[in-house]
Amino acid sequence: MDKMPKWADVILTPLISLVLAMAISALVILAIGESPWEAMKTMVQGALGSSYGWGFTLYYATNFIFTGLAVMVAYHASLFNIGGEGQAAMGGLGVALALLYIPLPHWALALPVAMVGAAILGAAWAFIPAILQAKRGSHIVITTIMFNFIAAAALNYVLVRLLRPVGSMDPASARFPEATNLPSLSDAFASIGIEWGRNTPANVTFFIALLACLLVWLLIWRTRMGYEIRALGKSEPGAVYAGISPVRITVIAMLISGGLAGMMAINNVMGEAERLVLNAVEGAGFIGIAVALMGRNHPFGVLLAALLFGFLYQGGGELALWTSIPRELIIVIQALVILFTGALDNMVRMPLERLFLRLRRKEVAE
Amino acid sequence: MTAAGEMTGGRSDAAAPAAIELRGISKAFGPVQANRNINLRVPKGTIHGIIGENGAGKSTLMSILYGFYRPDAGEILVNGQPIAITDSQTAIRAGIGMVFQHFKLVQNFTVLENVILGAEDGALLRPSLSKARGVLKQLAQEYQLNVDPDERIEELSVGHQQRVEILKALYRQADILILDEPTGVLTPAEADHLFRILEGLRDEGKTIILITHKLREIMDITDNVSVMRRGEMVASVKTAETDPEELAELMVGRKVLLNVEKAPATPTKPVLQVEGLRMIDDDGVERLRGIDLQIRAGEILGLAGVSGNGQTQLLEILGGYPPKGSKVEGTVTMNGAPLPLSGRGCDAASRRRAGMGHIPEDRQVEGLIMDFAAWENVAFGWQDAPEFNRGWLMDNAAIRSDAADKMERFDVRPRNPNLAARNFSGGNQQKIVVAREIERNPDLLLIGQPTRGVDIGAIEFIHKRIVELRDAGKAILLVSVELDEILSLSDRVAVMFDGRIMGERDPASTTTGELGLLMAGVTDTKNTPDDQGIPPEHAHVDGLPQEPR
Repeated sequence: MDKMPKWADVILTPLISLVLAMAISALVILAIGESPWEAMKTMVQGALGSSYGWGFTLYYATNFIFTGLAVMVAYHASLFNIGGEGQAAMGGLGVALALLYIPLPHWALALPVAMVGAAILGAAWAFIPAILQAKRGSHIVITTIMFNFIAAAALNYVLVRLLRPVGSMDPASARFPEATNLPSLSDAFASIGIEWGRNTPANVTFFIALLACLLVWLLIWRTRMGYEIRALGKSEPGAVYAGISPVRITVIAMLISGGLAGMMAINNVMGEAERLVLNAVEGAGFIGIAVALMGRNHPFGVLLAALLFGFLYQGGGELALWTSIPRELIIVIQALVILFTGALDNMVRMPLERLFLRLRRKEVAE
Repeated sequence: MTAAGEMTGGRSDAAAPAAIELRGISKAFGPVQANRNINLRVPKGTIHGIIGENGAGKSTLMSILYGFYRPDAGEILVNGQPIAITDSQTAIRAGIGMVFQHFKLVQNFTVLENVILGAEDGALLRPSLSKARGVLKQLAQEYQLNVDPDERIEELSVGHQQRVEILKALYRQADILILDEPTGVLTPAEADHLFRILEGLRDEGKTIILITHKLREIMDITDNVSVMRRGEMVASVKTAETDPEELAELMVGRKVLLNVEKAPATPTKPVLQVEGLRMIDDDGVERLRGIDLQIRAGEILGLAGVSGNGQTQLLEILGGYPPKGSKVEGTVTMNGAPLPLSGRGCDAASRRRAGMGHIPEDRQVEGLIMDFAAWENVAFGWQDAPEFNRGWLMDNAAIRSDAADKMERFDVRPRNPNLAARNFSGGNQQKIVVAREIERNPDLLLIGQPTRGVDIGAIEFIHKRIVELRDAGKAILLVSVELDEILSLSDRVAVMFDGRIMGERDPASTTTGELGLLMAGVTDTKNTPDDQGIPPEHAHVDGLPQEPR
């Protein structure tokens, strides 16, 4: 017997968690002598109140969708991939190499090539931890987090020594060819005569992210590969009994996961920076963990959670800009949301379950 | 048979207050009435069996007694005194001790540390530890409860871990001991030892409540027995005045065939041929020491033996997944073609393609994904079957309809393919596995412990299906630790001991005594009469190697 209806599990629980996190944030803001109401207004206004705000919110959300999906796919194979940061960074390198060294006359042609480059390097960066886990039992949490540092150091080297244009003092690659620049969402809207989100980084990658959500959903719940990933994630002896090779599935799940994380680079490297810079990922790999957690490891949940975190990022930036609330407090607010929706999930869930059980019993008694 | 509730007891029973008396206990979980108006009287100094199918409400009732749940209605009397058991501490103070089916021990603590855990006398451990050491020594002498107090739990066999649980209860001065399915995890020899301990405890005046669904245990050891069915106490009788058939009927609510009716086998060509099969595990221990077996189409070969003598490894190797890090030698052929025993082609999927079905020993760990819905489990292991796939995607509609059909034919209850496997009772879970494997119509079916933790009604059903498959001309290897099951199903019985086949017998002419000796590693049974100190109905033998750790 299910303890509570599905809608309560999927929507009500995270919603209550969110409200709690916001309530405590409000208390903190009150404590430092600012008005929570004003802060809230600034955040909503700044992130959602204009097409300009939306442009940034959607841009951040796109990053988080990719990294969230990456964590989610690995999680279904019961692998905790916290290496999204490094895999996304390597994805950036993949994009840069593809765009700098392959002559591509048009963005529509450059996009698939860059996607392949990003996915291959992201997947390659996940492959080593995956094979170590599958063959040697080295714990994937340890190896992926170490690979984040290796990726950062390696990119540092590559940018300073190899990709930096002669004469430049900036540790960044050359600009990608103009023809390969992705249309921003504002360009796309402008072409159909709507003025929307000028000078914002949101670009067509957002649609690719949406497509990725759909494809991941198909993969996990509709394909044999997804079935095998989920079976392995639930029980390894069971998987072996069913003729599923744990080594093979572990590696494949991590390759898909790393590939998704790498594809984030389409958004931030190809779509926004249009060159490869140091620390381009800016923590989105770690936010992906919270996004997957809050999204209940379902692509649709990941999409919603990514939008929420996109809102928090953009709204938080606005808060720092327009109020005297210090920048650090925005991190506190984001941390509270992660804490309540991710880590303290059961705090809300269990009383809710009890409530629903009681309601149901009353129904039966009547 | 007496009416529900009242214990059949003489006046003397009624005069002395019972150790435990329950009056009108009811408990509901949501819409499920787990216990309904339960009356129970357990006289002091007796072993009282509570029997019922899975889900009959036995465990709920005992949880109420131990303070895990509060009853919705009713009264509990301990030694004649009404008492409100609000938590396990109250229960312990009232002298009630509980030994759970799944032990509640700290794995990396020593026996001594586990015994005093929660019953320390003060902030410093040393006084408690030395006191406990003395008490343990005394208990060991009194009741044969020998356990090394300084051994860590993870180093102990399952049987010894259970003794620690009993010692924990006794250390807290329990007079009433509740054991929930205590033999589920034990080898027959360990179970036998446990029963002797329980008898010793009873003779010292302790009261014991034994929850089980095994009829034989009830008949062997209890003084009185109460039967539960669907949350109600349907009967309470003296064990001496009843018999297994009657109890089975009370449990299930209808007549049950305890013995399988089957025609003599008509075996034809050999299907499985095993020659000189050896296996050395990753610790360098030789688990299989040269197994030779042959199974022909249309027969059931029963493989008897105390668990832990290599049966599991044999099934895993035949099933295509030898234990990790093991080395396997020998030849296995099926339908004339050799089966790879390592490397490429040695996996469960290839075995299935070769026409093998496999009902694994542990349905919860291997046979099913407990979090998957029933319909998803119907494709488990057969996920690449063409009828379950359509291009790139799995054909979920086809799997669902296949699942619905199988659940109908095998009477899986509740008949809801969307329910997760873990929400079915043990018997119904097993029916899902059996339906999946048998309906593939395999040339060879490997079966491990087909009815472990399965209720009587489902056992009868599963046995019938296995015999039907045999009659359809298929070869079946049946591994079970239940000697009754082996004897009633098999056409030939082989006995395994310490990685070897000790001998083969005809189930019609052998005796449990003879098989018991083979299970203990004695090969020369020709001149051994039955009454060699082993009661025929037991066939449990002492001095066997302990379960591997």
